[in-house]
Amino acid sequence: MDTDRQEIIIKGINASPGICIGKAYLVDSEGVEVVEKYRIEAGDLSNEIKRFKAAVKKAKDELRKIVEQSPKELQHAHILETHMALLKDKMLYGRTIETVKHESVNAEWALKKVVSNLIEVFQTMTDPYLKERSADVVQVADSIMHNLVGAKKVNIAAIDKRVILVARDLSPAETSQINLERVMGFITDHGGKASHTGIIARSLEIPAVVGLKTATASIRSDDLVIVDGNSGSVIIEPNEDTLIRYEERKIDYEEYKAVITRESKAPAESKDGVRLAVMGNIELPEEVFALLNYGGDGIGLYRTEFQYFNRPDFPGEDELFDKYKDVVEVMDPKPVTIRTLDINGDKALTTQFNSEETNPALGLRAIRYCLKKPQVFKDQLRAILRAAAFGNVRILFPMISTYFEICEANRMLNEAAESLEKDGLPYNRDIEIGAMIEVPSAVIMADVIADHVDYFSIGTNDLIQYSLAIDRGNEQVAHLFQPLDPAIIRMLKHVSEVAREKDIKIFMCGEMAGTPHHIPLLLGLGMDELSMNPQTIPDIKRVIRSLKVEDTRSFLKEVLKQTTARDTFKLIKDTYGSILSEQLYSE
Amino acid sequence: MNKLKTELSRQVVIVNELGLHARSAAKIAALADPAKASVWIKKGTEKADASSIVDILTLACEKGTKITISIENKDDFNILEAITKLVESGFGE
Repeated sequence: MDTDRQEIIIKGINASPGICIGKAYLVDSEGVEVVEKYRIEAGDLSNEIKRFKAAVKKAKDELRKIVEQSPKELQHAHILETHMALLKDKMLYGRTIETVKHESVNAEWALKKVVSNLIEVFQTMTDPYLKERSADVVQVADSIMHNLVGAKKVNIAAIDKRVILVARDLSPAETSQINLERVMGFITDHGGKASHTGIIARSLEIPAVVGLKTATASIRSDDLVIVDGNSGSVIIEPNEDTLIRYEERKIDYEEYKAVITRESKAPAESKDGVRLAVMGNIELPEEVFALLNYGGDGIGLYRTEFQYFNRPDFPGEDELFDKYKDVVEVMDPKPVTIRTLDINGDKALTTQFNSEETNPALGLRAIRYCLKKPQVFKDQLRAILRAAAFGNVRILFPMISTYFEICEANRMLNEAAESLEKDGLPYNRDIEIGAMIEVPSAVIMADVIADHVDYFSIGTNDLIQYSLAIDRGNEQVAHLFQPLDPAIIRMLKHVSEVAREKDIKIFMCGEMAGTPHHIPLLLGLGMDELSMNPQTIPDIKRVIRSLKVEDTRSFLKEVLKQTTARDTFKLIKDTYGSILSEQLYSE
Repeated sequence: MNKLKTELSRQVVIVNELGLHARSAAKIAALADPAKASVWIKKGTEKADASSIVDILTLACEKGTKITISIENKDDFNILEAITKLVESGFGE
């Protein structure tokens, strides 16, 4: 390794807060083996190529021996002969040598790169048989690789020091093979805040920066790296000044976090004594511990889609029950709000969800999908009712847009309870039922829906998207996605008034609830509970403690006079700027 | 280019059940290997080097695919004929 490398800073997405400084550990896309990347000096290139050729020859000799030993009639022998031909294939053999030459890298890395590119080509094929042929290429490459690395084949499970993992992307299966105790930070080329890496990192409370695009190309194993999960930057081979600066920042951050975490265990009570439950949104059972650590008063939104993804069939009732029960038992007596299946347009779906719709956001999703697939819905409802026997469970129906849907959902819940009674399984039907208010029609019909539920939970992301007719993923209009648009605030006001009239509770679980500068407004509206990403709980609790609910009510009156989102934001800044300081001005 | 004018080609349809899989690709590659100039297999607008198994595989030719085999040097005419026959015979499977 050369010693005088320049410090490089790359910017990505801050998926999990915190700062760590340590040695990089490169994971290849398959995640299991680790192939080291290092530079080969010009003078050593021909030796490196010789080393590669020797590894190929050895692999070929080994194969020949096997072929000679196997009876000719066997189909197997033909495959091995094909493999022998593959060993010297231009696209594999030739390209690896070219890569070593052109990129001045070691043979292992070059081979891995060539193979990864080939696998990608195979992945795009539709014919299942031909697609599987990538396995031949991989097997051949593995036999060469084995000879290249010799006995010291590295395994990710065997990392013996604490490292910063650098990967293109990490799938749930890959992360499950990693010994997470040895990981002090994550760096990935792909993914966003909601990526699996992000979720895992947040639940482990270690820093992660994702979506860096060029991380695996710029970082080598054993490089010194700084991961700044607060700002979303990664510094490779930092110089001394940077290193000292970050050491200090790291200490500051850890102290700040310790204080915040200590405080956050206490309830959020406003200056005038109003208590507000501050809850967390989760997707994976593993996130529960982080949520409790951050001082969450319960789970305001347990998204249940994860178990349905990346599989050819639907999860069974028992499988769902096991997961729900885990979460419910750990949280007990704190409430766990389980939202029923909300399959939607922006998640990758397997074929069973019929994702061919031209406009999935307005299509067969959430409660609509469940009512159309009664068996899938019933399995989930039964699993939820069974889990309810083990703690404090609430059920939440997503995307209610008509009166009929809430009636049907309730009817099916009753049927599920009756069938459990018949089967003699333990369950609890005495749970709170809620409707997500995230479609404008549900806002208008809130008074009618209220008669059939115990609480409303406002999903602001969809409510804003549907009310303002904005697709947030569309760059042309994304800037119009404004939680503070007066239209949205008036809708929130209407729903909260209905809730008060009908004497039911009102919660909010969208992103709006986790944004500090929205809190005065939400307090003024009389929200009973706010639910957000667990790591923002301490901040939100702190903001609540610094406010007087009485003041926020008169503040709301002023807000309602505003005619644009910009004016509303300015009003917030002028009124509460001193309390919200950092968060507000970093926008 | 002069080369293109003299390029010789044959159109064939893949008839064997499994399409151009590894073993059939290996047979083509073995025939194409001694050629003086490049031998190509074209499918639609994509083309693969006939002397590379991997390249042929990545064309993803299933049963029924129409492919064009072409050579750049007249001396490789025998190779063109041999590959054409091999594909037409369904690789003797």
